[in-house]
Amino acid sequence: MIEFTIDGKTVQAERGESLLKIATEQGFRIPHLCYHEAVQPYGACRLCLVEVTQTSHGRKRTKLTTSCNYPALEGIEVVTQSERINKNRRMIIELLLARAPKAKRLQELAEEYGVDRVRFPTSGAESDHECILCGLCVQICRDVVGVDALGFTGRGVNKEARPPFGEPSTECIACAACVEACPVDCIKMEETHTLRTIVRWERTLPMRVCETCGYPFAPTFQLMHFAKKIGKSLSDFRVCPDCR
Amino acid sequence: MQPIRSVKQLESYRETLRKGRDPDRKIISVCTGTGCKAYKCDDLASALQAEVKSQGLSDKVEVVPTGCHGFCERGALMVTYPDDIFYQKVKPDRAAEIVEKTFKGGEILEDLLYVDPVTGKKIAKESDIPFYKNQQQELLAAGRRIRPDSLDDYLAIGGYAALAKVLGEMKPAEVIDQVTKSGLRGRGGGGFPAGVKWKTCAEAPGDIRYVICNADEGDPGAYMDRSLLEGNPHSVLEGMLIGAYAIGSTQGYVYVRNEYPLAVSNLNAALAGAREAGLLGTDILGSGMDFDVQIVRGGGAFVCGESTALMASIEGFVGEPRAKHIHTVEQGLYDKPSNLNNVETWANVPLIINKGVEWYTAIGTGDVSTNPWGGSKGTKIFSLVGKVNNTGLVEVPMGVTLRQIIYDIGGGVRDGKKFKGVQTGGPSGGCLPESFLDRPVDFDELTKAGSMMGSGGMIVLDEDTCMVDFARYFLNFLRDESCGKCTSCREGLERMYQITNDICEGRATPEMLPLLDELAEVVRDASLCALGQTAANPVLSTLRYYRDEYEAHIFRRECPAKSCKAMIRFSINERCNGCNLCLRNCPYGAITGEKKKGDTYKIDQTKCTQCRICFESCKFDAVSIDTGVMR
Amino acid sequence: MEDRVEQIIEQNGAQESALLAMLMDIQSEYNYLPRPALEHISKKLGVSMSRISYMATFFTAFSLEERGKHITTVCMGTACHVRGAPRLVEELERILEIKAGETTSDKQFSLETVNCVGACALGPLIIADGEYQGNMTSPKVSRLIKKMRKED
Repeated sequence: MIEFTIDGKTVQAERGESLLKIATEQGFRIPHLCYHEAVQPYGACRLCLVEVTQTSHGRKRTKLTTSCNYPALEGIEVVTQSERINKNRRMIIELLLARAPKAKRLQELAEEYGVDRVRFPTSGAESDHECILCGLCVQICRDVVGVDALGFTGRGVNKEARPPFGEPSTECIACAACVEACPVDCIKMEETHTLRTIVRWERTLPMRVCETCGYPFAPTFQLMHFAKKIGKSLSDFRVCPDCR
Repeated sequence: MQPIRSVKQLESYRETLRKGRDPDRKIISVCTGTGCKAYKCDDLASALQAEVKSQGLSDKVEVVPTGCHGFCERGALMVTYPDDIFYQKVKPDRAAEIVEKTFKGGEILEDLLYVDPVTGKKIAKESDIPFYKNQQQELLAAGRRIRPDSLDDYLAIGGYAALAKVLGEMKPAEVIDQVTKSGLRGRGGGGFPAGVKWKTCAEAPGDIRYVICNADEGDPGAYMDRSLLEGNPHSVLEGMLIGAYAIGSTQGYVYVRNEYPLAVSNLNAALAGAREAGLLGTDILGSGMDFDVQIVRGGGAFVCGESTALMASIEGFVGEPRAKHIHTVEQGLYDKPSNLNNVETWANVPLIINKGVEWYTAIGTGDVSTNPWGGSKGTKIFSLVGKVNNTGLVEVPMGVTLRQIIYDIGGGVRDGKKFKGVQTGGPSGGCLPESFLDRPVDFDELTKAGSMMGSGGMIVLDEDTCMVDFARYFLNFLRDESCGKCTSCREGLERMYQITNDICEGRATPEMLPLLDELAEVVRDASLCALGQTAANPVLSTLRYYRDEYEAHIFRRECPAKSCKAMIRFSINERCNGCNLCLRNCPYGAITGEKKKGDTYKIDQTKCTQCRICFESCKFDAVSIDTGVMR
Repeated sequence: MEDRVEQIIEQNGAQESALLAMLMDIQSEYNYLPRPALEHISKKLGVSMSRISYMATFFTAFSLEERGKHITTVCMGTACHVRGAPRLVEELERILEIKAGETTSDKQFSLETVNCVGACALGPLIIADGEYQGNMTSPKVSRLIKKMRKED
């Protein structure tokens, strides 16, 4: 265990743990969009900036850094709110709003940090450019679900989070983990009685219908994926969790 | 060739080589670097070889095709050694005449000589030409006397003597100590003391360590590394071997950008030669050291010059940088301690070992005896390009001024135009105006002025360069090359580009300037890697020193350089004599007029696209460009 | 195609880390990255199409679409820019009737840009069919294209 300070308060933690995780657990409020406990910190959104002062060779050095991927180290001084930090946060929120003006989470952040205008022309219509490239859908699909149906394509502003080559997905199992995880709700899901569509990936899959209650409970492909992982077969999943 | 198994064997082989080379034999050194390819240098070299043979001079004259000589403005070029006769702008069809008149007859062909633009006099000797005379070529000179793919040539001029000394007489810690004391700092732009980096890497826990050569050279306008790899790949390899010994590495990588095919093939040939001679592989020179090098080619991404992106690329992933809270010297390639240095940095290492710390620290600025950051030692190679007379590679001691480089060596601004500024440090650097010409060039002085030395790209700008367009150019470059991970870099650069674009196209409003400043600050503060962190520099430096141009564009819709299309208008003036050339060349049919009647020529503004073809075609200065006219 | 791709995979040591080099070899061989070749690599190396798709679209060396017979590349380095490279692009766009990054419908010409090849003394420069054409001016461009067309 090591000791360091956050906004003056002394805290203890395991060496190397994420500053963001520790700060949040300790009750400090650091905004973030691309951080998720289930995956490795990616450091894309830049909202979780903090100031870290480290003393080495008798000299104090302060730098602005993302807290999601910064390791807890003995004796560092972390500051979560300052003029410099907030100036950066406000502009980042403004830039993201220009990209995804309808995103509720961004609007909430704008309210909280006093971003009352967007001085950049908003790119595109409803369906385009809502994504803020946080990478959570990609990471969760690859590292948690293990399907790896999504990835990035391109770079810079043309970067997108998509199925390979931006084509309709052929691997997605419609488990909707990405729908849940997306911080700006740009991955929409539609369900008819027996079909689930993950709209953004243009993937429509049939749902397995429960033999007991008759309601669809999970996409067949998702069940097949789980079955394979745990060494069972699809026929072991005939009844929905509620009826079991 | 038999593998060389000891230091002693190396020296005796070198003696044999030297003895076998006739000291009276003349060499024709022909530059066959990338820059001269467009001037048919390969044809020239083969033609000369054929002529030497057919004229019976094979035992007296040898044609040596070399890498880049650096005086690219004068290609195709050749130098004879030891006579030192320099012929420039040579066409392949002159080969027969050259061999006959100059080599058989001892006559100099006057029309192929360099003419000094200042004195108007012809200069026959390479060492008298101001471009070369005013340089101190510790690194570049050797490349003019050797075939890049010939290990024998490199050995004959003293190559691998530094490696022999290191393996035969020095302990790894001693090598690191010497490199540290020399004050060698990273030539890729970062300026980090090499010895300090080597020490940290050597001491990092773990059994496997990597040495990496960064040959991505992404700064547009910089080609020093290309020339070193094309002209003298063994010197870089020797540096890496010495570094690998000092750090304790058995595997090296050279990451070369995709756009340098000749550098890759010459390096490949050098590696093959070194392996054959046992200078790469196992038990090198009987020292027990194992080492080999793999070449990895880039895929066309500037961001891969960033160390973590480069390493990701070697591992088979895209070049997306990662946070460096844990440095790559401790956890780098495949999470192992990795020492990454630039091509030119590696090439300096054999020099330091051969000539010693005292000699090296006598060159350059400052004092590194107690603080490795205390000065800038050794020489630096610059690529002097743009609106300058003598475009080419310039190697000078650290501390030489901008004026000396641009005027004494570069010959000043070309076409008699007025100097406007010099850009250094590539997309991470800035632009400095005339008042800074007497600044010494090193790691620290230019940074104080708001620019930086960077990797050595030096771009000269004149009165026809629009500084807002220039800033926009860098923003366009950076937004295209940004990996896209960080919001601040990806979105910030895009918005900054849109603003400078609006300014150039006459749509700017006054609030755009403070907004540009605000964005610049966030892009710099909040981005993960050096691409984003330094991306705002070109804009910030042009705003600092050329603010009047920005204001002219915004408030008066004027482009002082008469470059921005939206704000200029072309017209035919009274000097027109009706030669009809502009009318013929105009691709848009925008010019009308009656031949031979100069006063009838007019440009139809509704058809004109400001493509400049008429202006560039006219030999009578009869096309005028006005600004302050919004379209 | 499968055999050739197999060869390329083997020549690069069949290692995941050599993915970039394999893609470069395929690009060299076919003048673009054909989808079946990519699928083969995915299967053989056990690398997902998501990852290959990112590699193929991140690096500018690659083209997912078939390119033209004649590739004209304009260098957009700083020195070339200052000497007028953008005007060369405009002129080429006008003559070939395509935008930079595109290929003519008859698959004869592709127009591309590159961020510096390190031949700055020759700038502005166009690399036409692998040959470096230096000191280009807008009027010279149409002559160059005509020459390339004639050579067919």
